[in-house]
Amino acid sequence: MEDFSILIGGKAGDGIRQIGGLVAGLLGRLGYHVFFWDDYPSLIRGGHNFSLIRACRCMIQANTDSVDLIVALNAETVDRHKSRLKPGGTIVFDADAFEAEGLGLNLGSMVKQAGGKPVMRNTAAFAVIGKMLGLKWEVVEKIVRDSFKKATEINLAIARAAYDQAGGTTLDIEAGPAEPLPLMTGNEAIALGAAAAGLDLYVAYPMTPATSILHFLAAHEEELGLVTYHPENEIAAAVTAIGAAYAGARTMVGSAGGGFALMAEAVSLAAQSETPVVFVVSQRPGPSTGVPTYTTQGDLGFVLSAGHGEFLRFVVAPGDVNEAFELTGLAMNMAWKYQIPAFVLTDKCLSESTYCFDAGGAAVTREEGLLWDGGGGYKRYLDTEGGVSPLAFPGTAGAVVKGTSYEHDEYGITTEVAEAVTAMQEKRMKKRAGLARDVETDLEAVKTYGPPGSDTAILTWGSTKGACVEVAEALGVGVVQPVILEPFPAEALRSALAGAKKVIGVEVNVTGCLADLAACHGVEVAERILKYDGRPFTIDDLKKKVEGVIG
Amino acid sequence: MSETGLDTYAENTWCKGCGNFGILSAANAAFKTLAAEGRPLETIAIASGIGCSSKIVDYIDVNSFYSIHGRVPPTLTGIKLANRGLSVIGFTGDGDAYGEGLAHVIMSAKRNIDVTVVIHNNRVYGLTTGQFTPTSPRGFRGKSTPRGSVEHPLNPLDLMLAAGATFVARGFSVKADHLADLIVQGVKHKGFALIDVLQPCFTFFNTYKFYNEKVYELEGHDVSDLEAARARAREWDYGAEAERIPIGLFYRVERPTYDEEVLRGLVLAARRERADIGAFIRSHM
Repeated sequence: MEDFSILIGGKAGDGIRQIGGLVAGLLGRLGYHVFFWDDYPSLIRGGHNFSLIRACRCMIQANTDSVDLIVALNAETVDRHKSRLKPGGTIVFDADAFEAEGLGLNLGSMVKQAGGKPVMRNTAAFAVIGKMLGLKWEVVEKIVRDSFKKATEINLAIARAAYDQAGGTTLDIEAGPAEPLPLMTGNEAIALGAAAAGLDLYVAYPMTPATSILHFLAAHEEELGLVTYHPENEIAAAVTAIGAAYAGARTMVGSAGGGFALMAEAVSLAAQSETPVVFVVSQRPGPSTGVPTYTTQGDLGFVLSAGHGEFLRFVVAPGDVNEAFELTGLAMNMAWKYQIPAFVLTDKCLSESTYCFDAGGAAVTREEGLLWDGGGGYKRYLDTEGGVSPLAFPGTAGAVVKGTSYEHDEYGITTEVAEAVTAMQEKRMKKRAGLARDVETDLEAVKTYGPPGSDTAILTWGSTKGACVEVAEALGVGVVQPVILEPFPAEALRSALAGAKKVIGVEVNVTGCLADLAACHGVEVAERILKYDGRPFTIDDLKKKVEGVIG
Repeated sequence: MSETGLDTYAENTWCKGCGNFGILSAANAAFKTLAAEGRPLETIAIASGIGCSSKIVDYIDVNSFYSIHGRVPPTLTGIKLANRGLSVIGFTGDGDAYGEGLAHVIMSAKRNIDVTVVIHNNRVYGLTTGQFTPTSPRGFRGKSTPRGSVEHPLNPLDLMLAAGATFVARGFSVKADHLADLIVQGVKHKGFALIDVLQPCFTFFNTYKFYNEKVYELEGHDVSDLEAARARAREWDYGAEAERIPIGLFYRVERPTYDEEVLRGLVLAARRERADIGAFIRSHM
């Protein structure tokens, strides 16, 4: 099959995400492009979890409404999702747990007979999916053996029983010619992009959907040669990162909007002290606690304006894992090039969904900032033509390095003298010219997709671009996606939209944050298609809505 | 330049008679001693918060980071995690450390990060012109408590002992030599050191007479005995009354430090070896 979807559902604690990951990994190794959305409520046990995995022979970065196979570990999965089953699709369910229409297998009994724990029904579910995909037992066996390091034999017994009882092949897989691509989540790509740009210290307090950056880096910190730190709160996280950057370490912090709110004073501190730090903000629906485990694009205005005082910042908004990797690396390098705070604005959909990673030739490397050459007396805030002062770090003989939150002179001593205050405000703002030049000329700040010169263009950003690009291709319209949002690439955006008679803003938020921002820069967005239920657009849904607008 | 050679050109704006002067000269003396003992001045990094106390970073010509209110411990932690080779010392006030940023102080003590924090404890907000702080005595009449504070003071030494601080001391700004020695010991101590310094505020809470009458130096006290340290810390509750107020080293114990346990010998600020991220992706993802 060219393009198909599998939905696996159960309650929290059933190991749904684990099976989703195994199935996605398997399909990826078969050369499919994969998109895997992990849907779960904010609780530990109970509720309704499901993994929605789409596999396609061509590049995809969003789900469809309809699915080919539903594997249900509880009745709720069937009740909620049977309407999305395609004609000819299959529902497999645990007949020991409930009654439903479809292929009932005694998953619970298999687990019991093998002496397993109830959660091991997910092993049975995986084996059933393997069988339906036409995999040989040896392939299923190897994956189970590699994936379940504990109770391996019990899991194998369960898998074998399930494999034998499952029906025939319903999803016809042929190994594709494509070289399999690595799979990763947006948060993993952010972590790796930062590491490639020289991340030394990642500091974070857990908050969904940013938490898995911390988990991933903590799990691999030795191999990656960096250190992770989980302090008492987000305020400590951000200030620790600033202290470490002052002392010469490349640092990043990450949270969702609520945690980032606590970091606002540190954003301002980074700006005044000219300390480079990368802030990752992964959006979830607010205001306040909101809908913790779902997605939105509602914090654009917050990230663009967080922190008191006037200062420069660099903001990127990746839309897939390739961009997450490259743009996080860019954010780190730009933070150090200009000694300003930089932001990676992501969302639950990008952060926690699994994509194929195909970064092409775009390597990320650590680009050195401007360093003190050791000549003359050191001045941390030396006023230079471009506004960037050479860096030295504590421990350097001959340099006294004085960083500060106060307005200061070139040496870093507090000042309230009018001329000195004016000079230092201007010194910091001098960086704007270089930063703007980079964004407008050297960097790809705005991406475009679809036929050039199309009358109609979709203006979108972040993870929503995945659905937009696929829908636009089907409908023959263009897509324009700014990936750098501050400094705002107004020229590049106007140029990308030059031929479009109608611009449609597509965003997962309630107001159209990017459309409003574009309007401030003279780009008229005639129509807005907005979604604010915490779920990303599906292809089917978005296609219908775009068709409705273009008539 | 003073005799220490550590002065900057910054104009000193503390009030005449301010207890901060004693802390400044103690700090300078301590840094000179440490330099003489093999910790070059460029390996010293100090940080401060906001308040009269925190102006000290402008007055000492060593590496410094003038941070924001309450956030001295995380600033110090970041510096130490970036470069364990630095001696990292914070200067902060009671409002800053025990009010705005108390959680950071407690957690830094708990994790035993190898930094030293000197609290300029004048038991009043000076820079904001006279309000009660967490260590002001009950009944303190400040501008925000004109009828007298109804809160009992916090005993920071008792709190630090409970939090697991591995070095807990109290100094008195008038006894600068004694304080300089405490700072030297605190910096040399491997682990989190807190030195609470009784510091009169000449303008808003003049406690010179009170402290001069009550303060005595600890003698014959076993600094490894936690219960004895607690008993000494409780001799005075930071209230308006006191029999006697002990100063000196209350408690010192060796425990592995957070930085040595998590850094795996790395100096993050001078990291040379870089992982091959492409190879990592090929093998893991």
